[in-house]
Amino acid sequence: MGKILKTDGMNICIGCFSCMHICAAVNLKNHSITKSAIKIRTSGGIEGRFFSTVCLGCVEEIACAEACPSAALEPRDGGGVNFIHDKCIGCRKCTKACIANAIFFDEDTKNPIICKHCGVCVQFCPHECLRME
Amino acid sequence: MLYENYVKVLYINLTIEKIHVELREDLKKYLGGVGVASKLLEENLKPDRDALDENQPIVFAIGALSSIFPVITKTVAMFKSPLTDELGESYAGGRMAMTMQMAGYDAIVIIGKKKRLTYLSIDSHDVSFMDARAFKGVKTNLIGRLIRDREPGAGKRSILRIGPAGENGVKYASVCVDTYRHFGRLGLGAVFGSKNLKAISITGDRSMPIQNLKDYLLAYRTLYKKATTTELMSKYHDLGTSVNVEPLNAAGALPTYNLKQASFEAAEAISGEAFAVNNLVRKIACTGCPVGCIHVGQYRAEFDQGYEYESVSVGYDYELIFSLGSFLGIDNPKDILRLIEAVEEAGMDAMSTGVCLGWATEAFEKGILSINETVIPLIFGNATNYLAAIDLLCEQKTEFYQYLGKGVKKAAQKYGGEEFAMAIAGNEMAGYHTGYGSLIGAAVGARHSHLCNGGYSFDQGTKEFDKQKLVDALFDEEVERCMLNSLTICLFARKVYDRETILMAMKSIGWDALSNDELTSVSKEIYKTKLRLKKSLGFELNAIKLPDRFFNTESMNGTLESTVAYELIAMFNQKNEELLLT
Repeated sequence: MGKILKTDGMNICIGCFSCMHICAAVNLKNHSITKSAIKIRTSGGIEGRFFSTVCLGCVEEIACAEACPSAALEPRDGGGVNFIHDKCIGCRKCTKACIANAIFFDEDTKNPIICKHCGVCVQFCPHECLRME
Repeated sequence: MLYENYVKVLYINLTIEKIHVELREDLKKYLGGVGVASKLLEENLKPDRDALDENQPIVFAIGALSSIFPVITKTVAMFKSPLTDELGESYAGGRMAMTMQMAGYDAIVIIGKKKRLTYLSIDSHDVSFMDARAFKGVKTNLIGRLIRDREPGAGKRSILRIGPAGENGVKYASVCVDTYRHFGRLGLGAVFGSKNLKAISITGDRSMPIQNLKDYLLAYRTLYKKATTTELMSKYHDLGTSVNVEPLNAAGALPTYNLKQASFEAAEAISGEAFAVNNLVRKIACTGCPVGCIHVGQYRAEFDQGYEYESVSVGYDYELIFSLGSFLGIDNPKDILRLIEAVEEAGMDAMSTGVCLGWATEAFEKGILSINETVIPLIFGNATNYLAAIDLLCEQKTEFYQYLGKGVKKAAQKYGGEEFAMAIAGNEMAGYHTGYGSLIGAAVGARHSHLCNGGYSFDQGTKEFDKQKLVDALFDEEVERCMLNSLTICLFARKVYDRETILMAMKSIGWDALSNDELTSVSKEIYKTKLRLKKSLGFELNAIKLPDRFFNTESMNGTLESTVAYELIAMFNQKNEELLLT
């Protein structure tokens, strides 16, 4: 059974964005945090609490996979989806289908950016905000 | 600059509302940061005109490694300082460096003046001159909130803003960056105000493909590990810089009551431990820094009967605890946090504000000043009265507070008490009375900051005082920090980024040919540029006059002699002149 990313420690996030840097670097070979599949934001500026937006790892009923017209999103063992790049037609329907707003769109490649639950962000979180389960 | 052979400079002219972009191949060798900014300041400065003349430039720059490696988080600002009338150089963290990188600019030069109050909105695709007339007199916190509601890009947006003090021309007004960080020292906020520039919002979304993933990831992993798992950074994360309060007090180096003494009977009550136990509510980080040194303290105050409380959160650091705490005789964290909040909201440098109020308090005590000038009695330890004084200082409506807003040196020249006006070359002192290192380090430092060369650390680490050794150590560190500040490395991480580590990181992003010798030669070239700038602004190191108080209050290393101090300054000046001839 594959593990999925859990972000239930966000109360202790310091907002360093290391998770976004490493996700974008490892998965999309890019320095830009816009390419990260996990997004850290604040509500009300930096005084506010940090929260994360990332794939919740749906199991069985997976809205993004259902919405994909070209079968580019396949259910992943343990939760979430595997993205099949060559099948993607860039329609963005998955981004709209995700009720957690956790699928982002890469305007340069015209592909969705979806967490693959690889866990690299967990390794680069200086606190224990993120974990694999 | 990243993967390009040029430095991309955005020029903004506020007067005519025009921008242009230059791709400067000639500047790349300076690595960014203070190297590039010094050159751009030299090109655009009007040395003979007032610091607040509308034609004076503001230069911002990030470095070659900005925001893609851990703890490389700073942006440098350079300008003519309205406080010292010479070199203005200040650093801020927060999100600004990342947003400049994401917007695609290595440096920004702002000249001119808008007729009405404005804010700039800078993103990857446009620069907009926004109406900010309604923001007149609005304090820094609310300005941040108002602009956040208007500008897109939450999480990858930086908002710089000034408070009323900057609009009103306080010469040590600061620029607040993302609430908890600042271009604090030397009056950039007043320069913003002189241009009718209330705020700047920066956001960006550009793609930055990695060219050599294997090398980059290896370098990133190595640096991340070094920054998070070794002891090199733990001081800054644990108690933060406020850890210094107790050891400096115990050593007799904590400036107290306007440096009438160098230890404080209430030091334990305002120590880093006391703040951590009673007030610390969270720690946060600048973007790209896994350390998280920003300590946010909270206090609550009862505003009505029936258990009615308000709570306020503000960032604190050692320098603020010194300047708004021991220096003013404030003996409890709650009052220090109240004063920090007031200074933050007004948009003033906390160190300069505290030192100015310290002088005014002693002058009031001695009868040099009366209630006619100060309006309210200034008394060591009385935070409520200091809060009122901070408001008067920010408003700039009376002659006395206008002079106090010019800095302690100029205020004392007008009213007297120069012997205890604790500025060094026009910049208010930092929180170290450790010995000749801290005193001379600030005097000879290009921007007269304790961070120019870290002089206090030589006092703390040296057992035997040797004039030549001290001068050489200060000089070498001053020059070395020119290179570190070109790469805009947070100086808290200076031990993480040794030369070997810097070269490894640089090579991983394509600087294959960069050598250790080149880092040395670039450092010297940058320092020479700064010295030329200072000369063009009329600065003469040998003309510095230090207040007597430094020599009357015993330091951590005993009583300092003025003759020795001036001798050390002359020795340093000689080294400067020799370097300029090379």
